[in-house]
Amino acid sequence: MALLMCENAAFAYEGNTVVSELDFTVNNGDYLCIVGENGSGKSTLIKGLLRLKAPQHGNIVLGDGLKANEIGYLPQQTAAQKDFPASVYEVVLSGRLGRRGIRPFYTRRDKETTESYMKLMGIEALRNKCYRELSGGQQRRVLLARALCATKKLLLLDEPVSGLDPIVTQELYQTIESINQEIGITIIMVSHDIQSAIKYANRILHLQNKQVFFGSTEEYVMSGSGKTFLGGGEDD
Amino acid sequence: MISILKEMLSYEFLVRALIVGLLVSLCAALLGVSLVLKRYSMIGDGLSHVGFGTLAIATALKVAPLTISIPGVVLAAFLLLRISENSKIRGDAAIALISTSALAIGVVVISMTTGLNTDVYNYMFGSVLSMSRQDVQLSIMLSIVVLIMFILFYNKIFAVTFDETFAQATGTRTGIYNMLIAFLTAVTIVLGMRMMGALLISSLIIFPALTSMRLCKRFKTVTICSAVISVFCFFTGILGSYLYATPTGASVVIVNIVVFLLFWIISVMKGR
Repeated sequence: MALLMCENAAFAYEGNTVVSELDFTVNNGDYLCIVGENGSGKSTLIKGLLRLKAPQHGNIVLGDGLKANEIGYLPQQTAAQKDFPASVYEVVLSGRLGRRGIRPFYTRRDKETTESYMKLMGIEALRNKCYRELSGGQQRRVLLARALCATKKLLLLDEPVSGLDPIVTQELYQTIESINQEIGITIIMVSHDIQSAIKYANRILHLQNKQVFFGSTEEYVMSGSGKTFLGGGEDD
Repeated sequence: MISILKEMLSYEFLVRALIVGLLVSLCAALLGVSLVLKRYSMIGDGLSHVGFGTLAIATALKVAPLTISIPGVVLAAFLLLRISENSKIRGDAAIALISTSALAIGVVVISMTTGLNTDVYNYMFGSVLSMSRQDVQLSIMLSIVVLIMFILFYNKIFAVTFDETFAQATGTRTGIYNMLIAFLTAVTIVLGMRMMGALLISSLIIFPALTSMRLCKRFKTVTICSAVISVFCFFTGILGSYLYATPTGASVVIVNIVVFLLFWIISVMKGR
């Protein structure tokens, strides 16, 4: 059953349409990569999927019992976080906040979930370390654990590997793949890394201020837009 | 030491100043952690200038200062928050704009009515004599509210401070918590302003947070540590100002500077 459906949606900033003709479906267990050049509307679409931005027209429908506040989100790093005094445990635990609603304190179950996802991400040894003292790869794992804490079904990753070295990048891709394969969490990922997108994802959404391609990875590789994008100077 | 304290406490105005000051320091330190980490430090400074303007207007109209100051500064706080969120005018520029405007209006209003006199000097640099019984009641109420809010919303304040987008995406209504922080900051500033001085009050917000961040690495310890530092610095400062007859506000800031430098040196030495 469809987890998320985008029905002819468009997003705009102050009346200027940034991205339009969005018409795609994400099914349970999918691994969808959103690709496209800078400024093609990827980040805007992410905001839309997270309900941080209302569509100009069209609809985004969540299905299969998914609630808007149950989407795990891995944002791009902000400047403020780089020198933020917080322990790994505090950061990961804050992923459970969306579930608390108005209730002020975390329960034992929240803490257990936090522990288990820290273990899964291999960061339980870092639990009392300060977030700002971690390496880029470790920080990304912490935020990934936090995103997992917030969801049961769907992770939305906004350029998860940007700024990481090749080895750490590969490790992170493998972790994401195992989250998808083993826990069965659906992945939607924005990526500049088209080669890895093709390697890991089973669905591709290509944006160029409108939807130019949506379908399976095999179809994408054969399609016109896929060939141009794959062949034409992908170096970022 | 004890005899000095006893002597101090025999003056009713000093007792009032001490109560208000300690409570305001506590609230300012708690709010300050979030403000500094959210890069909103200058909002505190901007609000204190607005506070000066509203005090001047209140004096001109011959009404109780708090009746104009609190709504005025709260309004300015919401405005500054709005401007910082929509980035058409950059946040820092907007704060400078509003704070200098308020200062200018305040000075003009004062010169047209009472003239520049000791009152104005007291507004700028603070005076221990200015705390009334009403201020004491209000500051006790405020600090209870701030403390309860802080404990109840601690986890939410952490999430909103660390990563607003994530918090919003997972269903936390960040706008409300931002407004809550802005509102409490505004009231804290108005209360502390007449004692610490409009030009110095923002130090109570910024210094303790920055000081504790030199050494503490967890949000919880940073918060607790800044509260302790802030209360300690205020107490030492007011004691010093009594002993050496120095201005209270400035003395408190000096103690804050010393503690900050101390923490900074320790952190540098630990880093080696």
